[in-house]
Amino acid sequence: MLAMNYRGPYRVRVQQKAEPSIEHPNDAIVRVTRACICGSDLHLYHGLVPDTRIGSTFGHEFTGIVEEIGPSVQNLKVGDHVLVPFNIFCGACYFCRRELYSNCHNTNAEATAVGGIYGYSHTAGGYDGGQAEYVRVPMADVGPTVIPADLDPDDAVLLTDAFPTGYQAAEMGDIDEGDTVVIFGAGPIGIFAAKSAWLLGAGRVIVVDHVEYRLQFVQTYAQCEVVNFKDVRDMAVHIKKMTDGLGADVCIDCVGCEAVGNVMQSITGRYLKLQAGAATVLHWCINSVRKGGVVSIVGVYGPTFNAIPIGNAVNKGLTLRMNQASVKRHLPRLIEHIQAGRIDPKQIITHRVPLEEAADAYHLFSSKLDNCIKTVLIPPTASRLQVEV
Amino acid sequence: MEQTVHPKEEGDRSRYAHIQGWGADLDHSNRPGYPMERMPARLPHPPQHEPEQQPVDVTVFHSIERPRITPVFGTSVPPSGCSGRLRAWAFKYSENNIFHWLLLLFADRINMMEGIGDDLRSGHVPNVLGEMGIKAELKHNPVGFARKVAVTSAVVGVACFLIARRKRRA
Repeated sequence: MLAMNYRGPYRVRVQQKAEPSIEHPNDAIVRVTRACICGSDLHLYHGLVPDTRIGSTFGHEFTGIVEEIGPSVQNLKVGDHVLVPFNIFCGACYFCRRELYSNCHNTNAEATAVGGIYGYSHTAGGYDGGQAEYVRVPMADVGPTVIPADLDPDDAVLLTDAFPTGYQAAEMGDIDEGDTVVIFGAGPIGIFAAKSAWLLGAGRVIVVDHVEYRLQFVQTYAQCEVVNFKDVRDMAVHIKKMTDGLGADVCIDCVGCEAVGNVMQSITGRYLKLQAGAATVLHWCINSVRKGGVVSIVGVYGPTFNAIPIGNAVNKGLTLRMNQASVKRHLPRLIEHIQAGRIDPKQIITHRVPLEEAADAYHLFSSKLDNCIKTVLIPPTASRLQVEV
Repeated sequence: MEQTVHPKEEGDRSRYAHIQGWGADLDHSNRPGYPMERMPARLPHPPQHEPEQQPVDVTVFHSIERPRITPVFGTSVPPSGCSGRLRAWAFKYSENNIFHWLLLLFADRINMMEGIGDDLRSGHVPNVLGEMGIKAELKHNPVGFARKVAVTSAVVGVACFLIARRKRRA
């Protein structure tokens, strides 16, 4: 089969690879119909995630058709069109029993701090991802969700990570009616966090970034205020001025370890690797939120350490909330929102690219060329299927 | 123009009428992630027992912060070569020890060189520029590409000149 193949920082190609097989009785093999490139895939692409091995296939946002099931699978059948949450989880461990599916303790041997994730290095379990024609889907009885007939497949693929992560980012902010919410990052997660903040009853939503075309998009799509941080001398002062001197009620980090905007953070975090990425946005969140406010973090950081102003967080009495999204628990409600017309996720898709052109798609997304916001890779088997239909 | 009025003070929901779905999940009971830890889990088909053990047919490292390998695990790209030995060494240390992560990052860089060696041994010369998305760069950022080429050429030119001058003096 064809599969994306990581060759080192900034280098990927698509080449033949052995098709996956059933390795556990509760596995399924899924023929991929759509696979997105996620912003967090770029951390792998840039060589920042430890234990990212040459030959790995990325891709944790995908949909597909069930081709084969293991002997113990009871809740899926061959031919089902499924969306597959990016978390690989067992549904039975201490954490899954509490609906903390992203923290599953039974699917990632290599680390305890994170559960299994498709195509996200051996630090997240060593599973191949969905940027391929076929993919192994472990714990098939609990993970995949059959796509409802009235749900657009493009909406479905965005329910595997981007929309639930944006929603959970806003949800962890514990937003009350009328709250002012500042979201750092106007990528797909930040865009969905902005839309979700309104669903949760925010009074003001402000999105901060420096990429002008993304700010223009989110301003229209999420009807929010925008700030280009290149026009701002000091982010905390600017947010205070916008909020009557108090600070925002909720600040959300949708950027993570590759933030720009602070030279010292970039040098120590991104180039010298003296910390686990640039903590620029963590600084902005802690220093821009009001006393007693909430900082919600879904941006991805490395496993070592970051220098953040924890003293300010203590003195301000902040609540810090963070986690990978537990996609499965959000799906029923988020599907309702789409079906009710409250949100149209597929509007953020700017590029649909054949899987064979993954190298160009990664570069396009990484360098923010051609006004790219979200890229979907279509494997040749899926293209043929669409033609036949 | 910047606003300075805190919206909480107004309390007029009509101002959000233009926002589709505003407040649909204002009630915390509508929020799927509330409370953070929720029992029993609302899975459609909750498993009755922990998963059975996946057969271990390849080398899979496990964190020393857990007693044994997990019931389910990935088998992609088993460790091999020099990078594999470095990774094995890394897994003697816990996730709490930065040496664990630095060794893994170092192994990744070694692994990249091994990948190029594997390509060449199998008669495949990697198209490095193609793998880095040169087609997209030329199509969507030709000016930027020209600038990168010019800067790189200048840096290499100056370096060559300085090396040549040092050799002449020696």
